Amino acid sequence: MSAAYWRRAINSGAAARMQARPSPTQPSVVVGVDRSEPTTRGWVAFLRRELSVRHVVILVGVLIYPFVASPFFTYQIGAQALALGLIALSLTMLAGYGGMVSLAQMTVAGLAGYLVAIFGHSAATAISLNWPWWVAVPFALALAVVFATAVGWLSVRTEGIYTIMITLAIGVALFYLAQQNYTLLNGHQGFNQVFPPKIGDVDFRAPVAFYYLALACALLGYFFVKHLVRTPFGVALQGIRDNQRRMHALGYNVMAHRVAAYAVGGLLAAVGGVLITWYNNRISPGSMGLGVMINILVIAVLGGMKHPVGAFVGAIVFVLLQNFAIDLVDRERFNLVIGGVFLVIVLFSPDGLLGLWAMVRSRFGPQSPNTNQRRHP
Amino acid sequence: MKVMKRRVWVRSLLAAAVAAAVVSPAWSQETLKIGLLATLEGPFAVPGQDSMRGADLALKEKNGMAGGKKIEFIKLSSDATPDKAVASTRKAVEQDKVPIMIGPLSGDEGIAVKNYAKTQPGVTFINGSSGAQATTLQDPAPNFYRFNTEGAQWMVGLGEHALAKGYKKVFLIAEDYGFPYSQVQGFMASYCAKGGKVVDKAWVPLGTKDYSSVIARMPKDIDAVLVVLGGSDAVNFLTQYEQTGGNKPMIGGSITVDQTVLNFKGKRRESLLGTASAGPMADSIDTPEWKKFVADYKAAFKDGFPSPSLFAYLYYINTKATLDALDAVKGDLSNGHKAYREALQKTNFKGPAGTVKIDSNRNGVGPTYITEVVKASDGSFYNKVVKTVPDISQTLGLSETEFKKMGLGSRDVPDCRK
Repeated sequence: MSAAYWRRAINSGAAARMQARPSPTQPSVVVGVDRSEPTTRGWVAFLRRELSVRHVVILVGVLIYPFVASPFFTYQIGAQALALGLIALSLTMLAGYGGMVSLAQMTVAGLAGYLVAIFGHSAATAISLNWPWWVAVPFALALAVVFATAVGWLSVRTEGIYTIMITLAIGVALFYLAQQNYTLLNGHQGFNQVFPPKIGDVDFRAPVAFYYLALACALLGYFFVKHLVRTPFGVALQGIRDNQRRMHALGYNVMAHRVAAYAVGGLLAAVGGVLITWYNNRISPGSMGLGVMINILVIAVLGGMKHPVGAFVGAIVFVLLQNFAIDLVDRERFNLVIGGVFLVIVLFSPDGLLGLWAMVRSRFGPQSPNTNQRRHP
Repeated sequence: MKVMKRRVWVRSLLAAAVAAAVVSPAWSQETLKIGLLATLEGPFAVPGQDSMRGADLALKEKNGMAGGKKIEFIKLSSDATPDKAVASTRKAVEQDKVPIMIGPLSGDEGIAVKNYAKTQPGVTFINGSSGAQATTLQDPAPNFYRFNTEGAQWMVGLGEHALAKGYKKVFLIAEDYGFPYSQVQGFMASYCAKGGKVVDKAWVPLGTKDYSSVIARMPKDIDAVLVVLGGSDAVNFLTQYEQTGGNKPMIGGSITVDQTVLNFKGKRRESLLGTASAGPMADSIDTPEWKKFVADYKAAFKDGFPSPSLFAYLYYINTKATLDALDAVKGDLSNGHKAYREALQKTNFKGPAGTVKIDSNRNGVGPTYITEVVKASDGSFYNKVVKTVPDISQTLGLSETEFKKMGLGSRDVPDCRK
């Protein structure tokens, strides 16, 4: 969203509503795509506004995917990419719309995974509390959000590289805590046999069921972020990203908005973390180590941060490369392929794969009005 | 639009690369694919490469054929984390459709792969070099075979040897994860039973650089230090122990007294002489089988080590057992691998470092070599075999009930302070 757009949004009276701080979940058409019916709140109208043919094609595609793909592609590629994408989405939201690059998103996710293992069932029977999943999961998510908010409190007063440094420090600190704490976090070994729940007749350990679980969470997360960035809160967040001092002068509490963004991002990352823990059936310090923290950043950058879908596009490419690069180059050289592809994409398109897509579109069609344009890089 | 064309071209190239990767090569009757997993990334990347050499050597000896079929290794990598090991194994099994899978390299990976093996009853899993006790002792998978002995077995006999040398009280320093737990148990099981005392244990995180706090709390009245550290950790400890004036003799774990330690150049170098350690193999085994193995390894891999590492040896025997059994059934994998698995169970061959066979839990039963550091005529140090303990079972020579009473090795098990 450009500053000009933002100014127009204020002039159109949206600012008055924003200062009254309506609930962020309430749909409000600040950046109306379809200005002819700005007051329509109906379900059908909402769908018509939000969905295009492209959306329907992709939606149908992801829904029938498990029926055409092998269990391997359903589980290891599909479900893993969706879960990783959800964690990367939290970073896309923070970095792309809030201008805050947090490396601690995987730490929040890992913490949620650890909490599910501690509250729920695992092989470490001396530690796990064996609560049913419908108690364990909400508690885990809630505590992870509290942690994410705390990370936000610590890091929002910093800018740019310092935000990266402080979140990196928090992530590494938690990694070593998990590595060395035996009473609660079970040290190096972590928790084995953390299985997804069985609900009725559906066992979410099965590839297809787990895929749909991951898909449901990913879709909810995606549409939530897509919606959030158009609410007064989201618009204010982008305003803070583009010009913090002007937003402050306009009477916005900059710090509170940023901390709130961390909390929301924390929830997305926590859901992704629970999914990835169930996916691996285990969690250990290595699951949230430095390498994995950076992988999340790589996924977000690879996909492109201008739109929430970039996180998932990046995750799919990343997971495919991780799995199949070794088939292209034998033995220990295959990491060169992974690195090379990242380099090529970032070099030729600073906006990631979405940037490439936008370039193709600009040749063959009109520019999408929904892309999150940034004036200040 | 030159830039644009180039970008489109790069995109197409990438798409083609991904497509080429996704479409796996067509199945051929003549070729049998076997998955081969080792750590080609992360902290064990160098041992991982040598593991691959060990497996390649076993296949090379058979001219690339087993059971009348051409064998093709589908090579896979992990970074020593269980997550990655299972992901790579799953790819080989479910995507590349390998009927037989060899790997992984390290202990925690082994447990994770064993758990995955249970969900794939139609595939036969052979261990690579992982040595966690729990893999075959706790809840074993019926289709997971381990032809090598594990970490605790490798230390059996070292306890008695230490007592014979007059070490009645030792202080333990070891890395804080599964493999050293097993090693320490293997040492302590017989050491404690015969009256030795381990007065205190210091568990340090993998990759510790500063040992001063551990050295400071070492009691004065000990006879020796039991050091179960690997690679650079061992050298760092040794250097700092020397700098603070430590002078107690050392007892080493199976991966402690390796070439990096033997080439230690400090003032204490001479005091390394006599350091005892134990393992499933030793560089100086004086049998024709071992000498042939070393010569073959050297001839096959110009870029390899001067002598095959522990990992190359373990992957070698596991791969050899895999291929021998294929020969025995003439490549017949029908009926859910029934005949093949029976052949695997019957495995009994003379490997480079002693007999290779397995017990009813499908875990290796084999010899352990007790070694001591001695000086060669050219002044270099090497591990000389002083004793061979044959046929060590996974219960460390104890009866099954006695062993169960002790439990698996952990930070606090076993314990004999006083």
